[in-house]
Amino acid sequence: MSLDQLYQQIILDHSKVRHGSGLSGLAAPAGASTGQSHQLNPVCGDEVTLRVAVESGKVAQISWDGAGCSISMASASVLSELAEGMTVDELHGVIGTFREVLRSRGKVHADPEILGDAAAFEGVARYAARVKCAMISWVAAEDALNQAA
Amino acid sequence: MALVTTPATLERAVPAMDNAEVLRIRNDFPVLGQLVNGQPLVYLDSGATSQNPLSVIEAEQEFYEQRNAAVHRGAHHLAVEATEVFEDARQTLADFIGADYAETVWASNATEGLNLVSYALSNASLWAAQGRGDARLKDLAIGPGDQIVVTEMEHHANLIPWQELAFRTGATLRYIPIDDAGALRLDVAAEILGRKTKVLAFTHASNVLGTINPVHELVALGRQAGALVVLDACQSAPHLPLNVKELDVDFAVFSGHKMLAPTGIGVLYGKQDLLDVLPPFLTGGSMITTVTMERAEFLPAPQRFEAGTQRISQAVALAAAVNYLTETGLDRVHRWESELGQRMVAGLESIPGIRVLGPAAGQERIGLAAFDVDGVHAHDVGQFLDSRGIAVRVGHHCAQPLHRRLGLTATTRASAYLYNTTDDIDAFLESVAGVRSYFRV
Repeated sequence: MSLDQLYQQIILDHSKVRHGSGLSGLAAPAGASTGQSHQLNPVCGDEVTLRVAVESGKVAQISWDGAGCSISMASASVLSELAEGMTVDELHGVIGTFREVLRSRGKVHADPEILGDAAAFEGVARYAARVKCAMISWVAAEDALNQAA
Repeated sequence: MALVTTPATLERAVPAMDNAEVLRIRNDFPVLGQLVNGQPLVYLDSGATSQNPLSVIEAEQEFYEQRNAAVHRGAHHLAVEATEVFEDARQTLADFIGADYAETVWASNATEGLNLVSYALSNASLWAAQGRGDARLKDLAIGPGDQIVVTEMEHHANLIPWQELAFRTGATLRYIPIDDAGALRLDVAAEILGRKTKVLAFTHASNVLGTINPVHELVALGRQAGALVVLDACQSAPHLPLNVKELDVDFAVFSGHKMLAPTGIGVLYGKQDLLDVLPPFLTGGSMITTVTMERAEFLPAPQRFEAGTQRISQAVALAAAVNYLTETGLDRVHRWESELGQRMVAGLESIPGIRVLGPAAGQERIGLAAFDVDGVHAHDVGQFLDSRGIAVRVGHHCAQPLHRRLGLTATTRASAYLYNTTDDIDAFLESVAGVRSYFRV
């Protein structure tokens, strides 16, 4: 497998755009219930703090701060773009699907219909050392959702 | 007419290492011959763990094929043979570092050796408080108001055991700072060290900066303060001639797997008079004289610190590794690796967007270099290099406080050994030069 299949253009772009990045200065919508989670990968120092605001069973806002490799930053960006507007149950489902693909060592293919841009991370599943990089913001989102519920 | 032979001519008689010799050396290392991602493997991660030559692999295999038995017990033929090779290995290691036989204690690795010292010292405090053991334990006991001193550049292995010793004893942990070029601030060290300092622990060579620390100066400061001096020799013992008696340290540790040997074996050196009075760390079989239902009496060093069945095949293999290094000549290895280290740093410094940690090109350093690539995370750098068959280490290299001090969380580190050619370094440099454009920085 070539490096370009791991670092797809979509990932390199998201790692720079960082959709949803910036926790401070962005207040959660009034009346929404919020949850916030901080996740750290002690191996490489990747760090993400992610907040979700839930209103009427839907993800009203998702924002994060973080530092780390291109995979971890792009993954948080893709997740933020994907999650807004989803119901809490939908997002839980997508997180489960993403985790299944990432942990499959390349055996489970990503369905772009379900995962959107996150399907680009399919190649990461073949790099065991990088799976946590791709998962870190999704684990944070899952934790934050549970808190907001 | 007298024929005068000066040391200089003797030195010239032993030629320096070159690429041709390294290529012959590489034939002894089966793992280095492989392709990774379709490219010849360029292994530049020996600072983390080194590769094993055939002689080491065969020594371990031969032990299991011909001599495997528990040591120091049993009257049968294999038990005698196993004990002999195990203790011969200890003598080989003692000779290697200029220590005496009974001062050379086996440990799983340097981390265990450092934990052994730190726990023996807190046990010394307990024993002294209860009047157990030698009267000299009172001098070794550590308590509130005392100081343990380490440096900002320590590997976690030579940091956390002292943090925890400070926690157990109520002592204060203090740090000798580094300057921006990665050298220890000896002026500040002189201010920190005083009569309350019970332990001074520092690394001989930094696994991140590549700095070689001034051991003699630090030992002198430690002696002035009356502190025990502990040397982390993980990045020096495998790469340069080391004599613990000349350095006059009280304890020294190093790991076998960083010096051509298997994992699971390392050495703790301790001065005889200290090892003889210090309480043990791990207790159990093989380290006792008389055991009653109430208590036990312990053997002298080294057995006092070697509870349970030992890592016999690993010890035998480590002795084979030491023989390999000695035959090549550690002074020659050191000079070759210094050359590779300089080549790395000079090359890295000429690539835009690269910040090399530690001494600049031309300044003394061991054969490794850690660096930051502006705009690209170390994990991505490592992945990019791996796709070209180049193995490096990425992350904090078990030195988080040092990285924080330098304003970084993760860096990339290339570390060479006697089996690396200048071509390896050039291939590495050429790939590093392509990193930022690949990641569109």
